[in-house]
Amino acid sequence: MKLDSKIPEGPLAQKWDNYKAGQKLVNPANKRNLDIIVIGTGLAGASAAASFGEMGFKVKNFTIQDSPRRAHSIAAQGGINAAKNYPNDGDSVHRLFYDTVKGGDYRAREANVYRLAQVSNDIIDQCVAQGVPFAREYGGTLDNRSFGGAQVSRTFYAKGQTGQQLLIGAYQALMRQVNAGTVDMYTRTEIVDYVIVDGKARGVIARDLVTGEFSRHFGHAVVMATGGYGNTFFLSTNAMGSNGSAAIKAYQKGAAFANPCFAQIHPTCIPVHGEFQSKLTLMSESLRNDGRIWVPKKKEDAEAIRAGKKKATDLSEEERDYYLERRYPAFGNLVPRDVASRAAKERCDAGFGVGTTGLAVYLDFKTAIERLGEDTIRARYGNLFQMYEKIVDDNPYKEPMMIYPAIHYTMGGIWVDYELQTTVPGLFAAGEANFSDHGANRLGASALMQGLADGYFVLPYTIQNYLADDIRTPRMTGDEKEFVEAEAAAKAKFEKLLSIKGNRSVDSLHKELGLVMWDFVGMARNKKGLEEAIEKIAAIKKEFWTNVKIPGSGKGMNVELEKASRLADFITTGDLMARDALNREESCGGHFREEFQTEEGEALRQDDKFAYAACWEYQGEDKAPVMHKEDLTFEVVKVAQRNYK
Amino acid sequence: MDNNISLTLKVWRQNDAQDKGRFETYKLEAVSTDSSFLEMMDILNEQLIGEGKEPVAFDHDCREGICGMCSLYINGRPHGPDDDVTTCQLHMRKFKDGETITIEPWRSAGFPVIKDLIVNRSAFDEIIAAGGYTSISTGGVPDANAIPIPKDDADEAMDAASCIGCGACVATCKNGSAMLFVSAKVSHLALLPQGRVEAARRAKAMVSKMDELGFGNCTNTGACEVECPKGISISNIARLNREFLAAKLQD
Ligand SMILES: Cc1cc2nc3c(=O)[nH]c(=O)nc-3n(C[C@H](O)[C@H](O)[C@H](O)COP(=O)(O)OP(=O)(O)OC[C@H]3O[C@@H](n4cnc5c(N)ncnc54)[C@H](O)[C@@H]3O)c2cc1C
Ligand code: SF4
Ligand code: FES
Repeated sequence: MKLDSKIPEGPLAQKWDNYKAGQKLVNPANKRNLDIIVIGTGLAGASAAASFGEMGFKVKNFTIQDSPRRAHSIAAQGGINAAKNYPNDGDSVHRLFYDTVKGGDYRAREANVYRLAQVSNDIIDQCVAQGVPFAREYGGTLDNRSFGGAQVSRTFYAKGQTGQQLLIGAYQALMRQVNAGTVDMYTRTEIVDYVIVDGKARGVIARDLVTGEFSRHFGHAVVMATGGYGNTFFLSTNAMGSNGSAAIKAYQKGAAFANPCFAQIHPTCIPVHGEFQSKLTLMSESLRNDGRIWVPKKKEDAEAIRAGKKKATDLSEEERDYYLERRYPAFGNLVPRDVASRAAKERCDAGFGVGTTGLAVYLDFKTAIERLGEDTIRARYGNLFQMYEKIVDDNPYKEPMMIYPAIHYTMGGIWVDYELQTTVPGLFAAGEANFSDHGANRLGASALMQGLADGYFVLPYTIQNYLADDIRTPRMTGDEKEFVEAEAAAKAKFEKLLSIKGNRSVDSLHKELGLVMWDFVGMARNKKGLEEAIEKIAAIKKEFWTNVKIPGSGKGMNVELEKASRLADFITTGDLMARDALNREESCGGHFREEFQTEEGEALRQDDKFAYAACWEYQGEDKAPVMHKEDLTFEVVKVAQRNYK
Repeated sequence: MDNNISLTLKVWRQNDAQDKGRFETYKLEAVSTDSSFLEMMDILNEQLIGEGKEPVAFDHDCREGICGMCSLYINGRPHGPDDDVTTCQLHMRKFKDGETITIEPWRSAGFPVIKDLIVNRSAFDEIIAAGGYTSISTGGVPDANAIPIPKDDADEAMDAASCIGCGACVATCKNGSAMLFVSAKVSHLALLPQGRVEAARRAKAMVSKMDELGFGNCTNTGACEVECPKGISISNIARLNREFLAAKLQD
């Protein structure tokens, strides 16, 4: 496998311009004869499909939801970054670039991140022109706020519903193209495999989730924008349908999977409360601006609280341990996500956790309410407090909130070069599904930026460079042997699943996988645990393929069958994550290996050995994958140990 | 703290669009009142799978009240007995021990049943495709701060834009009208200078698409506003009517 990152020549700031100056174009008459398949209608997929349609290509766009507007991107709350520097607080393209590389713990490719920062400003212009109702100042200009890991205010937002509004903007642009006839929309349709002809991606096999029928679709190029694989853990902040199947299928067809172990754990989620729990709800990071995080100083108090004999409000100031303020006086409660998450785990593991399970810490607004008044706090966080109260049935104005870390985002994903092309020619990956830009840790409000950058401003250029060589390739009918074989293989997998007729429900197996992931491949990892995890995952895989129970048939809608097919791929993802975590003998960003920490318990990178992206190549079912390295070189950024003390 | 209740569920079962459909009754024991309504449905499905029966199909995704996918008609109300929430945000503490709960799909001419509790809402996408956008393409747009927008207008546009496209307004309307949904989109865009340009044309195109797709007429009963989980105001319908009249006058 050859990993050519195709980074353009020239100084960092000119690379993208140089690329665009030399890139091949497709003339309008030829665009009509070129088909592009886009999988996914989240921010990355919808923005790409709409843009391709406007450019004149013929687009087929697929989503598993009933409408493109419901892609998981809709759930993003906080905001989207851009280097506009409207508040005149010293922001610039360079600073956004720098913060992103540093925040990612120096495990991202400089050239890609710089381009991301460059196009960030165009995104905001584009969205405003679409009618995205961003928050505004009284003077009528756009408002900004600050987010973790940055010293400037560069985050644009639309109430607590930024993802929703950005997605609706992209969705509307997409529906305009559907109306114009350039985009064919396939809802409730799942892509179950890719078709490779002469080494190039030339199409997909789809399964209609309503009828259960399979179909073949040709494209001169294929873009996958299918989101992240956080649901490998079963419990995460992702939507229930979010899955990693399209990525695993790409991997099995020859696309390298990069840095699978880089998963982000968000520190402020509502804690798990019972076995029946189906997902975890995020409480926005913005709460850490005013909330103070603590646990009891004395174990007896923590025990009494867990037993229901004491309440948080019974403890005096002296009896509370504001551990983030204690450990990180400079950043306090605003340390980055990975640092805050690990600190919470450390306290709970040491026996100071609260809640009935002991797996929770307090997020307390008492000081803020005393200082600013309840009304100000209500104006800032009212909707979040209401959401908390609906779920937990506790009043956070009176009792401190309880929070605990949860899986939230996956930085790893399908390896792409500068053009967002995978190691399979003609197969591109965009949004959370690819591995680019965020390194080992993503900063808040940067995922939305990346998804839209990929779809609106990067792929429209780079895909032309690829398609320009394809203008003489005629459309295929779908009857070619590669299509027929791929469909037969996909069908066989679903028939196999239905034939097992075992005793275990899909969810029960998924929960089991999730627990293994959380215990051994979660917030803190070590060699022994990871080796154990690989064995346990293999056992779950065996149990799944011999004992899963799927009622009903392959005809018509069968939700359990859909879930089973995705779980088969989550099991593969889980194994890959564990292997990658085992290989990476250092701590960086979201990946913390207990063997590699400083005396104070901080993450310790091993730059001399691990300044690379680990790219895994599939070798066949039940064979260990092979790892290839893309070495990361830093020409502009000065690599340093992150310090938030 | 933890409290368990027992329930009798009367659930609508329908194999596909052609099937006539019927209610089935199920008993559930020891459901924690801390669980959400959809988690209660998960528990029911685990029980059915254990008995070798087909689980109940229902739509859901984000489970935090934003994607608009969940859609149950619970004891005669879209999204159930709590106010200002979607079904996924409804919790079992709203129900009593021993209660019988009736669960049906959205019922409306515009939303045919696909299976059990799942309906087809793609008519909403068709209405948006008819004109629910600004006609601009990627790139070549002015700087985001080029046109100042009064904060009040931006906030009002945001309120209208917060519609999640769930369809509860249609499901609760005795006429099966989609006016609240359409008016939310027309208002959102008409309130902003970027969308103002095409406001009249948009209103006309969206309303005629809505009529074509078999949604009923609005007779101002106001039921939609009461059941909307996002508090979309019926005043948007008045704005839509103004835009629509303006378009008619231009004809
Ligand atoms: C609760 C929450 C809050 C967040 N808040 C923020 C925030 O404030 N700021 C920020 O920058 N980021 C935030 N993020 C992260 C961000 O929302 C996501 O990373 C981003 O939206 C991902 O977009 P995407 O387009 O890559 O994928 P998604 O939005 O996940 O879309 C995936 C698409 O692929 C489709 N799909 C998947 N598999 C298949 C298949 N096999 N066949 C066909 N279609 C398929 C799905 O139907 C969907 O349309 C948040 C994430 C969560 C969970
Ligand atoms: S107007 Fe309200 S009820 Fe109707 S679709 Fe929108 S959010 Fe749902
Ligand atoms: S599941 Fe998304 S709104 Fe209910």
